[in-house]
Amino acid sequence: MDLTNYKFSKDHEWVKIEDDIASVGVSDYAQKEMGDVVFIELPEKGSSFVKGDACSNIESVKAVNDIFSPLSGEVVDVNTTLEDTPENVNKDPYRSGWIYKIKFSDPAELTDLLDANQYEEYLKGI
Amino acid sequence: MKKTTINSAHYHLGGKMVDFFGWDLPVQYSGLSEEHNAVRTSGGIFDVSHMGEIFIKGDSALDAVQYITSNNISKLKPGKILYTALPTENGCFVDDMLVYMITEKEYLLVVNAANLEKDFKWISSKVERFGVSAENLSDKYTQIAVQGPNAEKLLTQFTSDKIGELKYYYFLTGKIGNIDAIISRTGYTGEDGFEIYFKADEKTASDLFINLAEKGKDLGIIPAGLGARDTLRLESKMSLYGNDIDDSHTILEADLGWILKFKQGDFIGKEPLLKQKEEGIRRKLVGFELVEKGVPRHGYKVFIDGKHYSEVTSGTFAPFLRKPIGLVYLPIEHSEVGSRFHVEIRGKQIEAMVVETPFYKRSS
Repeated sequence: MDLTNYKFSKDHEWVKIEDDIASVGVSDYAQKEMGDVVFIELPEKGSSFVKGDACSNIESVKAVNDIFSPLSGEVVDVNTTLEDTPENVNKDPYRSGWIYKIKFSDPAELTDLLDANQYEEYLKGI
Repeated sequence: MKKTTINSAHYHLGGKMVDFFGWDLPVQYSGLSEEHNAVRTSGGIFDVSHMGEIFIKGDSALDAVQYITSNNISKLKPGKILYTALPTENGCFVDDMLVYMITEKEYLLVVNAANLEKDFKWISSKVERFGVSAENLSDKYTQIAVQGPNAEKLLTQFTSDKIGELKYYYFLTGKIGNIDAIISRTGYTGEDGFEIYFKADEKTASDLFINLAEKGKDLGIIPAGLGARDTLRLESKMSLYGNDIDDSHTILEADLGWILKFKQGDFIGKEPLLKQKEEGIRRKLVGFELVEKGVPRHGYKVFIDGKHYSEVTSGTFAPFLRKPIGLVYLPIEHSEVGSRFHVEIRGKQIEAMVVETPFYKRSS
């Protein structure tokens, strides 16, 4: 799929920006590494995180995986549909598999993220 | 790192390799859940060559094996297998194992890879006085497990031996391809299946594994790794040494009383076990499910009425049953089905309930 509007952290989260809100999810590489996702502990709406904070957990059959917030800010929405369909993280990581939306407080942090091409290059080195 | 004879096949088949007690083995190939569910519905092929093979030989082999194990070896006949414990002096576990009776004077003991050195030392010292020999041939043997409802269909393409007539927990000595092999109807998955032991060089063993994978495709049989092996055995409530059984919980506490044959004569650990049986156990290994969302994992703390009591010994999200399950030691008064307790998951108390086991039982 077209990932032009997505940016990636080196921890394999993606963000998609609309105005001052960023949707956050995990990359296709990350969902494959985790395998069968069975439960997601969503962050709380209204909570605030600093970039790099563990803000959510994804349980796969294999292990529990921390999600590190790629941006600082306040959580304004969470994807509650994942409570019943956690498999969307595997099936559709860039769309219905989004995890939360954050109103980011420091636009300068965006420059630390990779674009799709840079991320692809980064994955080659893993 | 130690490599099995099948090592190159794992790389060829895209296995994701890990260090498993010093062995370079695949934790998965296509994916843990996919492999797990393939075994439940069609089949899986596992390299389990890391398992230990110890042979006991001599005129008094029966007496020697009887003395070091808890189950009744005297009821075996050539070609029959028994699951048993290798008890400590106080009735806990040095290990658990399978005993294959080859003849009255020769037995094969199949033990856990992680315990091999300890087991061999223990066994050697204990059987000495019977004048029998204990030989560790683990490095010589390759072991492949073919598990699942289609396992027999696949294996009949590789042997002319009558494996279809083998009953559960029986074995034959025959051939796989043109290699001499011990073929047994056993497994660690809760499904029908076979475990095959043979001596072969790397090329022969790897080629056989790849061939099994190739021919298995049409039957829905795929290579499976250690990850699926662990979740399959847990769904079927088969104990794992180091998790559910160890040298600090007795065979009775592990709810394995059926492998204790007190009438068989003397065996290591018999007296304390007999005493515990008379007095009654205070704690017991039970199966549980989480009532709330979450996944219990090995080592998570367990609380009863707000008080920390023990840790989850094994836990996972069961890939076939699609629910969070686990095993834990609970006080006997809290061990009945339906009893509630809590598992601490990242600081939160998640409610759990004791359930009937095995969690999964095959229908046929």
